[in-house]
Amino acid sequence: MTILANSNQPKSNDNDLITAVIDGIAVRVPKGTLAIRAAEMLGIEIPRFCDHPALSPVAACRMCLVEIEGMPKPQPSCAITLTEGMQVKTQNSSQVASSAQEGVMEFLLLNHPLDCPTCDKGGECPLQNQAMSNGRADSRFEGTKRNFQKAININAQVLLDRERCVSCARCTRFADEIAGDPSLELLERGAKQQVGVADDQPFESYYSGNTVQICPVGALTSAAYRFRARPFDLVSSESVCEHCASGCSLRTDSRRGKVLRRLAGDDSEVNEEWNCDKGRFAFRHLMQDRITTPLVREHGELRPASWPEAIRYAAEGLRNQRAAVLAGGRLTLEDAYAYSRFARVALGTNNVDFRNRTASSEEQDFLTNHVAGTGLGVTYQDLEDAQVVVVIGFEPEEESPIIMLRLRKAVRNKTLKVIAIDSANSLGFKKLNADLRLTKPGNESAAISELIKDLQDQNSIILVGERLASSHGAFSATVAVAEKVGARIGWVPRRAGERAAVDAGLLPNLLPAGRKVFEPRDREVVASAWGVSVEHIPTKPGLTQLEIISSAVQGEIDAIVTAGVDINDVANHAAFAAALNKTFVVSLENRASSVIEFADVVLPVGAITERAGTFVDWEGRLRTFDAVMQESLALTDARVLHLIAIELGHTFKDDAKVTSLRSSYSSLGAVSKPGTMNLVAASTTKTGLVLAGWHHLLDNGSLQAGEPHLAATARAVVAKVSSETAQANGLISGNRVIVRSKLGAITLPLEISEVAPETIWLPLNSEGSSVAMQLQIDIGAEVSVSDGGAI
Amino acid sequence: MTTPLVPNLTLHWDDADSHTLTGYQRHGGYSALKKAFTAGADGVIQIVKDSGLRGRGGAGFPTGMKWGFVPQNDGKPHYLVVNADESEPGACKDIPLMIANPHSLVEGVIISSFAIRANHAFIYIRGETPHPIRRVRAAVAAAYQAGLLGKNIQGSGFDLDVVVHSGAGAYICGEETALLDSLEGRRGQPRLKPPFPAVAGLYASPTVINNAETIASVPAIINNGADWYKSYGTEKSPGIKLFAVSGHVKRPGIYEAPLGITMRELITYAGGMKSDLPLKFWIPGGSSVPMLTADHLDIPLTYEDMAAAGTMLGTGTPMVFDTSTSVVKAVIRWIEFYKHESCGKCTPCREGTYWMVDILKRMEKGKAQLSDMDLLVDISAQISGRSFCALGDAAATPFPAALKYFKEEFEEVIKMAGAQA
Repeated sequence: MTILANSNQPKSNDNDLITAVIDGIAVRVPKGTLAIRAAEMLGIEIPRFCDHPALSPVAACRMCLVEIEGMPKPQPSCAITLTEGMQVKTQNSSQVASSAQEGVMEFLLLNHPLDCPTCDKGGECPLQNQAMSNGRADSRFEGTKRNFQKAININAQVLLDRERCVSCARCTRFADEIAGDPSLELLERGAKQQVGVADDQPFESYYSGNTVQICPVGALTSAAYRFRARPFDLVSSESVCEHCASGCSLRTDSRRGKVLRRLAGDDSEVNEEWNCDKGRFAFRHLMQDRITTPLVREHGELRPASWPEAIRYAAEGLRNQRAAVLAGGRLTLEDAYAYSRFARVALGTNNVDFRNRTASSEEQDFLTNHVAGTGLGVTYQDLEDAQVVVVIGFEPEEESPIIMLRLRKAVRNKTLKVIAIDSANSLGFKKLNADLRLTKPGNESAAISELIKDLQDQNSIILVGERLASSHGAFSATVAVAEKVGARIGWVPRRAGERAAVDAGLLPNLLPAGRKVFEPRDREVVASAWGVSVEHIPTKPGLTQLEIISSAVQGEIDAIVTAGVDINDVANHAAFAAALNKTFVVSLENRASSVIEFADVVLPVGAITERAGTFVDWEGRLRTFDAVMQESLALTDARVLHLIAIELGHTFKDDAKVTSLRSSYSSLGAVSKPGTMNLVAASTTKTGLVLAGWHHLLDNGSLQAGEPHLAATARAVVAKVSSETAQANGLISGNRVIVRSKLGAITLPLEISEVAPETIWLPLNSEGSSVAMQLQIDIGAEVSVSDGGAI
Repeated sequence: MTTPLVPNLTLHWDDADSHTLTGYQRHGGYSALKKAFTAGADGVIQIVKDSGLRGRGGAGFPTGMKWGFVPQNDGKPHYLVVNADESEPGACKDIPLMIANPHSLVEGVIISSFAIRANHAFIYIRGETPHPIRRVRAAVAAAYQAGLLGKNIQGSGFDLDVVVHSGAGAYICGEETALLDSLEGRRGQPRLKPPFPAVAGLYASPTVINNAETIASVPAIINNGADWYKSYGTEKSPGIKLFAVSGHVKRPGIYEAPLGITMRELITYAGGMKSDLPLKFWIPGGSSVPMLTADHLDIPLTYEDMAAAGTMLGTGTPMVFDTSTSVVKAVIRWIEFYKHESCGKCTPCREGTYWMVDILKRMEKGKAQLSDMDLLVDISAQISGRSFCALGDAAATPFPAALKYFKEEFEEVIKMAGAQA
């Protein structure tokens, strides 16, 4: 019974209010308000199935019939807009309404299997609940119920039991109106009507799990949760998704310390009430391959150790060494803040970088001046209200799927135009009806400069993705255009922890909250917040991740502290491995990772469900959450770092509690206006065939481990080129193509598609296409291709 | 005094070539078109309003008023859609009309489109009946050939394209908004109103949807004037109408007569009862309207008199049943039809018809109890007025109506079966 700020309820405007009467109570509502919504405001609950505040009304289930004075028949309150003076009588005050509702409920139960004892929905089922509140005590139906084959797959992850379905069309409307994947439809007619998909066309949608959540009966269930638990045995906790920078609010349901399912949480400002299938279904990583005890390396082998031993071991290895910190994208704001402080004070270094991916100094400059410490910037609502949103180096559906839903909502309302500057077309761009400007990687800045004519005098927003770091001059061009036309810029990284890492100062030139290493005043403020003297914050400029790796290989770095870093994510992983091999490595990790084989000491930290914290989403919005597993004894990264720091003889003003770190961070304040970025010119246009690509939402990402049903809904792994490129390189559609760099090759089926000229597009980390591992290059690098023969 | 028949649309059906352009034009066909162009669009609407023509699809909504709802100068395309998806059990008037006199429909389409400023018209014909589809397609092709369709029709500056669309076998597509969805290529299910089709119909543009007979009646009204048309029928039900008499009569067929003619007269025109058995019950206009008995044979067949008698004129296609008919079986067949044709969108119609058929089948097999009659009345009441569209109401009609006059027969069937068991 949700009331959404952005639901099918008109926006309030004082001049446009009308007064209607429901069950004798006068209510003043905006013109166009639906009777059922107004009743909700009064606390009057009208039973319903097909009604959903975020979907267009269909008035199909007829459960919400009410009596309206002057109308001969009972009317569906989900589709009746109130008019001045309208007198509505619900089941509470009208015999007509209550008998109509009872009649509809009797009909709905006619063909319903009443298998509640074995149904996953039992205990949290609107049909069950409303049958109790608005139904007859028993059924008069003595006939044979309609039979369907029991649960069938509508995709690998979602199952449909048509016998339980009440034909409310919520799922089909969600698929069409919200997700834009309309392959789920009602088929047949009459009592044979059923939800279904075409034979050769499963419901392929990154948002398919939402249909399970909004199904008002047990007709749609997920392979992951089916028959696993009863709702009344579950403990529900509010949480925040760790998978990307969308920042979805989640509800995590657990039983006896084990997460059994996750649902989208209600947050009208962020994810409304949707989430993507990755956020919903990929949670087995929380329990799989966990490291449960500290490990130290002895005679070349890792062996279990006690915490005091492991902490001492780590401290000794780090003491007075030339050290660096590589803390990746999984961190909360509080943990990132602790790493930032630990590096500066305990290790005495600015050698800190969170970017375990393609990065550039231009990007660093952009992040320093336009992102770090700026607080809440462009918001979801801003996207919805804008006239033009430009996405550059950012495919919303694949890289931050809730942004896609919000953009699509505005595009469907015909208020927003989306322009995309990217290397290839995609389903997401098509669903956004995007004006796609196919751009060869490296040429973005020229395409960006041409935006001026599109954005002049428009309420416009430019969203830039982390992929843009591979294109020289692109950030500069974006900033220049934005300044010229007054557009606002939003930076959308892929990982959940990246924005927090920027804000916490996990960059060699940055201290927390946008404070700069080279600004004496900033150093003083930060030192005072940390309770250390300002000399404890090093002034020597630090190294970036790339520099740290090469310095370590050359023996100029002795020790590295890593967290949430997978060496296989970067093209120079061979050098990365060599660097780790040569140095003393302290790894703070919750699961086995590619770093562990190089680690000298492994310190296990809690998974995201085992601790409180804050993610910062792409908007810069703080997404604070509590531990799901309140009884967990797992430590946070911050707590572990604190123990090492104490061992190294350092103390801070605050302890390592999440709340202490949070208030310490917020005491630093926010940056009031953007800094001045050093704009760089684009490099000369690249000639020859270059590599493009992005990560599919569902791919080989390590947080998706152990989810076979989810993995089966991933998009097909293919290489894409334009027909011109295919022709020029002798490639044949439907054949395989072999893509070669100097260091390796990838062979994939070829698809002729809309791709920028002289460009071949690959998924960056999918089955059989791990670009960093196999080709060891970044996007924008030159490749050669050849036909790989028939499949 | 016997009401005389007034052949108008049916006048030349005996001609071997009545369906051709030549046959139609021989008797003054397409002469109304010129008059319409001279009268102008608003003039035509006025004449149709003055004539009092009411929709012949069943509901009897005043046609001129419907046309007047279409917003003018709104910059959107307008559409005329002809509902020729005649599928109601017992209704068979549009199909013979389109077979024998398709050009009256085409001429009506041109004049009506001109009046509502539509440059695109669609004729949606029931898919199970290929013959009228062929005839109307041929008539449209001939009209194009003769310059009666297409660009600048007869130098009037008016352009019109006509598409003849074949349905795919769903009764629901006779419901006007379901028909629009079907025309747009979607699954035929009724739409939520508002918006009404006059404001946002086909492709979300202003659309007039009229029954085939209604549109085919327009040329004669333009030719002969509103007063001529009004001189027939009653004040509230003016004009003439195709009455398709079927069932147990000697000569079932189409009888074109003024509204207000009685069923007794129609049966007489149809040669009397088939096997000289007495009439048991009859239905004025398709299975969706409640039945009447021999006591009602002298009630004028008008919208208002039928309503007063507790039924509806409907499509004006009376079905006549003599005493050899089991009213129980007739009701079962009708409700089976509604169950089969329920589109499934709303709960009462989808589940209610399923349940009613279940009980009636039981009754047929001798497994019902007397209390099932109350249950059927209850179920009908739970459907009626609570379903999404008029189809649910239609499904809820036959049983209570039959029970009103033939309760004993139902009781007898139930008891007899009980005795047999």
